[in-house]
Amino acid sequence: MALRSLVVAAIVAFTGGLVVASFAGFREFLPGLLEGALITVQITIGGCALAVACAFVAGLAKMYGPWPVRWLAVGYIEVFRGTSALVQLFWLFFVLPRFGLTMEPLTVAILTLGLNVGAYGAEVVRGAVAAVPRGQWEATVALNMSRAQALRRIILPQAVVAMIPPWGNLFIELLKATALVSLITIPDLAFRAQQMNATTYRTVEIFSIVLVFYLAIAMVITIAMQTVERFAARGLARGRAT
Amino acid sequence: MSTGSEAPAAGAAMSMVRFEQVTKSYGSLVVLDQLDLDVAAGEKVAIIGPSGSGKTTVLRMLMTLERINGGVIWVDGEPLTSMQRNGELVPADQRHLRRMRGKIGMVFQHFNLFPHMTALKNCMEAPVTVLGLSRDEAQSRGRELLEMVGLGDKLDHYPAQLSGGQQQRVAIARALAMRPKVMLFDEVTSALDPELVGEVLNVIRQLGDAHDLTMLMVTHQMGFAKEFADRVCFFYGGRICEQGAPETIFGAPENERTQQFLRAVLEAT
Amino acid sequence: MFWDWAFAGEILPLLARASLVTLQATILGFAIAAVLGLAFAIGRMYGPAWLSVPLTGFIEFIRSTPLLIQIFFIYFVFPEFGLVLEAMTAGVLALGLHYATYASEVYRAGLANIQRGQWEASIALNLTPYHTFRDVIIPQAIPPIVPALGNYLVALFKETPLLSAIGVLELMQTAKIIGSETFRYVEPITMVGAIFLIFSLIAAGLIRIVEARLNRRMVH
Repeated sequence: MALRSLVVAAIVAFTGGLVVASFAGFREFLPGLLEGALITVQITIGGCALAVACAFVAGLAKMYGPWPVRWLAVGYIEVFRGTSALVQLFWLFFVLPRFGLTMEPLTVAILTLGLNVGAYGAEVVRGAVAAVPRGQWEATVALNMSRAQALRRIILPQAVVAMIPPWGNLFIELLKATALVSLITIPDLAFRAQQMNATTYRTVEIFSIVLVFYLAIAMVITIAMQTVERFAARGLARGRAT
Repeated sequence: MSTGSEAPAAGAAMSMVRFEQVTKSYGSLVVLDQLDLDVAAGEKVAIIGPSGSGKTTVLRMLMTLERINGGVIWVDGEPLTSMQRNGELVPADQRHLRRMRGKIGMVFQHFNLFPHMTALKNCMEAPVTVLGLSRDEAQSRGRELLEMVGLGDKLDHYPAQLSGGQQQRVAIARALAMRPKVMLFDEVTSALDPELVGEVLNVIRQLGDAHDLTMLMVTHQMGFAKEFADRVCFFYGGRICEQGAPETIFGAPENERTQQFLRAVLEAT
Repeated sequence: MFWDWAFAGEILPLLARASLVTLQATILGFAIAAVLGLAFAIGRMYGPAWLSVPLTGFIEFIRSTPLLIQIFFIYFVFPEFGLVLEAMTAGVLALGLHYATYASEVYRAGLANIQRGQWEASIALNLTPYHTFRDVIIPQAIPPIVPALGNYLVALFKETPLLSAIGVLELMQTAKIIGSETFRYVEPITMVGAIFLIFSLIAAGLIRIVEARLNRRMVH
């Protein structure tokens, strides 16, 4: 893991250095790209928050809900996992207004990406909850706790720690998916890149910088998740029972 | 079928736990075969027998961890998984089940402590969440129980920082915090290193002496069963093969299978 | 009217033709990913340090950055060096490269699972590395990872709409064109979504069958 980060950091530094060294016009790209990056980060944060919420609701509903709720959850998960993110984006962007629901493009973007990644996240939630040892459930029965109490106090706290690495991957997937919003004319990082490429044709430099930007954001996400994991596993991580 | 010595008089006091023609099967495999078992209040029963004889299933059904396929289990005079409605026995609703469940506590072979909570928090969790005790009340009850099992200095330790024997003692304290009337012990020393077994058995012995808890123990610790139990039940093939006072069962067993089993156990130790 | 069935029927043939393009892109892209991914995996696991380390960095770089940008990059970069690529070619290359990085992770897991004894037996029998890989290692490594590769095939299929950004006439692009010409977006986009959903569900079912059959054959 450390080697990988080192290698990636080296690539970033190398490309960055190459790009900066290769031409002087670097400075003229920067403001536009930074504005785009801000939009990208906004969508990423909003989308990730929504995705976590959707995943927990759908995942738990699928496992423990009454059967109509369960079917709704399964339907949501299958539809959003089974169709393309771009198709979903276009559908929500072009079709929702026909229902009378006009939203800002940014809102549509966060909503779509959150729902999309949330559907994949539901499986992560389900898997982590199912992986909590059965003995923990039996102990809650022996202590006469209700299922809701058991989930809330005993099972979920343990499941959440196991979920953090897969969620880290999903957050990076969401980051990558934000590039799609450039195709519905939201001025994110990818949009700015295409814009500048169309006007200046300095393809290699522009897209290289942009790729490095995305990589940097991805690394921030990875480091943040590792910190969260260390913090969350305080009690559990002190070795296994003897 | 019970042979040999009779079960102690369940005459005057109503039995605390009664299995009435209880059957349990997994598909075509019958694990408990029309079991009849009577345990008086305050009685300490040791359940022994080969694996697959249904011993653990008895405890698990009592703790409502397994469903009953036939017969009725009575606890403290009421049916466990059924209830009276208009004079008929119908499947119990959640409220009845939880009320009954509150009378029973269980200690597991693999402890099943909550890893993300300290020893004290483990003992406080259910009293606060289920019984509605205030945090202070639950904390003092937890502290008292952990001191009783000899872990008064380990209140803030996490399970991963405790030895197996210590963890099991916390598990006992945790179960006791709910003030059950019946305590179930499912092979509680089988997962422990030999040198840690004694500390757990001591705690159980203490419990038995001090309280009038009804206790059912599935165990392989024959020596302990002999000195501690009021009655020993030998299970075989989903039925009670023989039961009686420890001296009788261990000293002069009448049934052939009991003798075989005890011989095999003695050879192994 | 919100949904016009007659209109939907009209555009179905157009979408059917476009789905062939989508399938073509999927299969070509996956072919590249499957082969390149294996090369990446072998290079990373068994190559010398001067190869495996930069390769690892490169793979991580591609995996962590958006496919869309990579598509643009490949489409727009080559003309600068005098080679003009067709949109389909550029798109398939980008898809193949991107998914080769995912595939390489899957291959690595599969190869790592092969017991050391297999390698040692091959050495004892004096097999060349090439023959060892071809006849001993790969036949054992592949079956367990087929379901994982299958999942990535489906994922690749669902990312083909990105090729619409460089004008490839696959399903999404066709739907957009229909929409912009007739101002009816609901039917084409919904139908495209439904087509993807149906294909995905069928593919998921097939993968499950393959997985079950493979599990039966393997000795555990």
